[in-house]
Amino acid sequence: MNELSPHKLTAKDYATDQEVRWCPGCGDYAILKSVQKTLADLEADPANTVFVSGIGCSSRFPYYMATYGFHTIHGRAPAFATGIKLANPKLDVWMVTGDGDGLSIGGNHLLHVLRRNVDIQILLFNNEIYGLTKGQYSPTSRPGTRSPSSPGGSIERNLNPCNFALAAGARFVARTVDTDQKHMPEILKRAHAHRGASFVEIYQNCIVFNDGVFADFTDKKAAPDRQLRAEHGHRLVFGPNGEKGLRLNRDKVAIEIVTIGENGITADDILVHDETDALLAQMLVTLDGPDAPVVVGVIYCNPVDTYDAGVARQVEKAKSAKPNADMKELLFAGSTWTVD
Amino acid sequence: MATNLAQKPTASADVRVPASLESVVIRFAGDSGDGMQLTGTQFTHSTALMGTDLATFPDFPAEIRAPTGTTFGVSAYQINFGARRVLTAGDQPDVLVAMNPAALMTNLDSLKPGGTLVVDTGSFNDRTLAKAGYTSNPLEDGTIAPYHVIRLDISRMTLESVKEFGLSNKEAMRCKNMWTLGLMLWMYGRQRQSVVDWLKGKFAKSQQLADANIAAVNAGHAFGETAELAGDMSHSTVGRAEVAPGVYRTITGAESLALGLVAGSKLAGLNIMFGSYPITPASTLLHQLARLKEHGVVTFQAEDEIAAICSAIGASFAGSLGVTSSSGPGIALKGEAMGLAISTELPLVIVNSQRGGPSTGLPTKTEQSDLYQAIYGRNGDAPLPVIASSTPGDCFEVAIEAVRIATKYMTPVILLTDGYLANAAEPWPVPDFDSLKPFKVQFHTEAEGFSPSHRDPETLARNWAIPGNPGTEHRIGGIEKDFNTGNISYAADNHQRMTDTRWNKVLGIADDIPLQEITQGDATGDLVVVGWGSTFGPIYRAVEQSRAKGLKVSQIHVRYMWPLPKNLGDLLKGFGKVLVPEMNKGQFATVLRDNYLVDAVRLNQVNGQPFKVSHLNQVIAETLG
Ligand SMILES: Cc1ncc(C[n+]2csc(CCOP(=O)(O)OP(=O)(O)O)c2C)c(N)n1
Ligand code: SF4
Ligand SMILES: [Mg+2]
Repeated sequence: MNELSPHKLTAKDYATDQEVRWCPGCGDYAILKSVQKTLADLEADPANTVFVSGIGCSSRFPYYMATYGFHTIHGRAPAFATGIKLANPKLDVWMVTGDGDGLSIGGNHLLHVLRRNVDIQILLFNNEIYGLTKGQYSPTSRPGTRSPSSPGGSIERNLNPCNFALAAGARFVARTVDTDQKHMPEILKRAHAHRGASFVEIYQNCIVFNDGVFADFTDKKAAPDRQLRAEHGHRLVFGPNGEKGLRLNRDKVAIEIVTIGENGITADDILVHDETDALLAQMLVTLDGPDAPVVVGVIYCNPVDTYDAGVARQVEKAKSAKPNADMKELLFAGSTWTVD
Repeated sequence: MATNLAQKPTASADVRVPASLESVVIRFAGDSGDGMQLTGTQFTHSTALMGTDLATFPDFPAEIRAPTGTTFGVSAYQINFGARRVLTAGDQPDVLVAMNPAALMTNLDSLKPGGTLVVDTGSFNDRTLAKAGYTSNPLEDGTIAPYHVIRLDISRMTLESVKEFGLSNKEAMRCKNMWTLGLMLWMYGRQRQSVVDWLKGKFAKSQQLADANIAAVNAGHAFGETAELAGDMSHSTVGRAEVAPGVYRTITGAESLALGLVAGSKLAGLNIMFGSYPITPASTLLHQLARLKEHGVVTFQAEDEIAAICSAIGASFAGSLGVTSSSGPGIALKGEAMGLAISTELPLVIVNSQRGGPSTGLPTKTEQSDLYQAIYGRNGDAPLPVIASSTPGDCFEVAIEAVRIATKYMTPVILLTDGYLANAAEPWPVPDFDSLKPFKVQFHTEAEGFSPSHRDPETLARNWAIPGNPGTEHRIGGIEKDFNTGNISYAADNHQRMTDTRWNKVLGIADDIPLQEITQGDATGDLVVVGWGSTFGPIYRAVEQSRAKGLKVSQIHVRYMWPLPKNLGDLLKGFGKVLVPEMNKGQFATVLRDNYLVDAVRLNQVNGQPFKVSHLNQVIAETLG
């Protein structure tokens, strides 16, 4: 039964026979396609792969992956994923969550799974809205978002998911866009290669309740001017011809947008991306202003020991210290006395 | 004057402790910082090692260090030990050790009339008296006249006994409890070696503190031996209890629960993944299990109780035995996840160490008021088995049963224990592990025709295939699933069928648990006293005493709270009346009334204390009319 299939699996082999139930045109379809392609490229073993999610449109994801899958309860996927890794650290665990699932009801769990650095991939589908419950504003909705629960526009300030992840101590933080079928698999592969909690924010268009919120930087025409793809060791440039870039203003310790060739700026003035630099990462994810690009790509990657490996080591240590530990010895531990 | 420095103790009443005793109840009471729980547990340990039967009741405040000298900062430890079978910590202490005025203030009422009061006079001064709320000195105003009083300046004698070790005054005063322990060990002819060994271990890092504490124990003991106490407190002994032959150890409920879970996991052939978040009085279980890694136990201190149970369910999905544990407020948080475990039909053990509620309630006081929550407390029709332990040692068996039922029926199981059981100690005949029947889990590995919803036709348990196994990849979740394929289904008929199946699966467990036995007495009679959980000891004694008086009373103590044993309704029919004492407002009585249309009489007490045998006797007599 267990012999390996001689054929290399294709993206299709990672799809289940279940009818996909997202709205036509939902960005989730594109993400599903990218993930299936990524697994095929990685030659991932379906038997060893687990998709875990919370609740939301995005969290339906596991039903469509021909791997092991657990659609759990709202916001708690990080805890389930942690338990799965503690039970069997060899499993390859992918967690799928939404902006509501991961940052509202599950904000606490997301914080802790990142802080502990459990070795899983976390895909946060950010559509800046509660899709499944029919379009209420979410913690990532921009102030003024009109929704059924905020007819006069939302009043709350919004949360930046990557900034949240960095502050929680994440060692891998990346961003990509649902429709970018070339970029996303690259990013997902990097996330997969990183040992520890890999956090990937995916800008996902909810065509029904929040259509076009990201259009200003994801539309084909706008993208070159408004998206910056960070790559380790490369200059942080953008624009149709790579003529714009990020420069560090050392007086303010802030990033400014400059154009090469203007005001004496040369390519050498542009910052080189160092994905191990936490301060730079924070500046990149919080870039703000009318002419500031949205930074995508692997923004931070700086691995440290994982929680599950640490737990496994303690267990191994205890076992090698007491190789003959058995139940009888445990029952008779401490002082005993005999009644004849 | 408040301070009585007389080296020679004086007795204010001429009541003597008999020289050979059947049983004695001692209550150690002092400030939280006085180390009364350590004194009590060490006295207990020494007593147990001598083959005397015993039961204990640690009774401490919720505050870790309440302001010194206040009544709400008083911590007490009661032990009942005897040459006969001991089932309760005793209604009323024969001996009260009061380490300060506040301890006297809060505990004197419990002392038996004519009982012995050992009091540290050194701790009595105007300031401490005022703090305890005394307007005049009880040692002088006649308050303690009804008792046999032994006045000792324990504070001063302790300081003297540890003088040579050069401790600070504060450190030296901390040895007071050990001096007192030494004296009490002498008084009841207990051995000292186990205490000395324990102190050496506890202070392994400080020879100075180890030596000082041992010196204090020895000094207290020597004081008993040499002082002219003969007239006041004679050296008395309590013999060995007539107990079944075998090897014994002392055990608390939390310890035996931990051992039971590990034993259960081994019988099931699984590793434990224990997810928990600290809460009194449940944390002890987390502490116990955290030290058992060599037995394949992984403990995970989660960020909250929701994460704790979810991690345990995740672990079960991946092939471990998921276990989670908390107390009332935390159990409330776990409700939604329990529903998921019921819906996905994964094994899980949920331990509830009950405490006084609602809300934060009384963290350190015992209660059994979470029974409704356990049986009924989830959204939807969400049945799960509930079992309850009744003594510290019983937690071992109950834990094994919880694991057996959870794995055999693919269901979460709630195990009810309580704060009293978790902390109380008793001598425990160490079980023979080899004689326990294994119930090894067989994961489903066959890919051909696999569906996660296939059920064993007899138990109705679905099959358990785990990640890592090729060919059995599947998806589960909390949305209703098709009975045949396990895929999402919103079909009306299917939901009816799945709800019925989940219900019947849990009710069917009644065929796989022992029939209820009459715990004590005849199968028919005028009255049956029905209990569950930690009320076992007091009910047993009360029924025993009532029967000795000729009353036709029997006892039924229930372990399987849901589903109930199949014959329980018939057993109840054999009695004219049914009395249900509970440390809640009548929750099990409701369950009995609902299931058997029986006129169960409620006896309810929620004062944070175990039932008193005398009180139960009185109610039994009244109920019989
Ligand atoms: C305990 C609980 N509270 C509320 C809900 C209702 N609920 C389901 S999904 C959701 C929000 C989902 O938003 P998001 O995570 O952004 O996912 P999306 O649908 O946008 O992908 C809410 C509030 C629930 N299922 N469970
Ligand atoms: S509601 Fe929005 S997020 Fe949900 S499936 Fe439809 S388009 Fe996608
Ligand atoms: Mg959303």
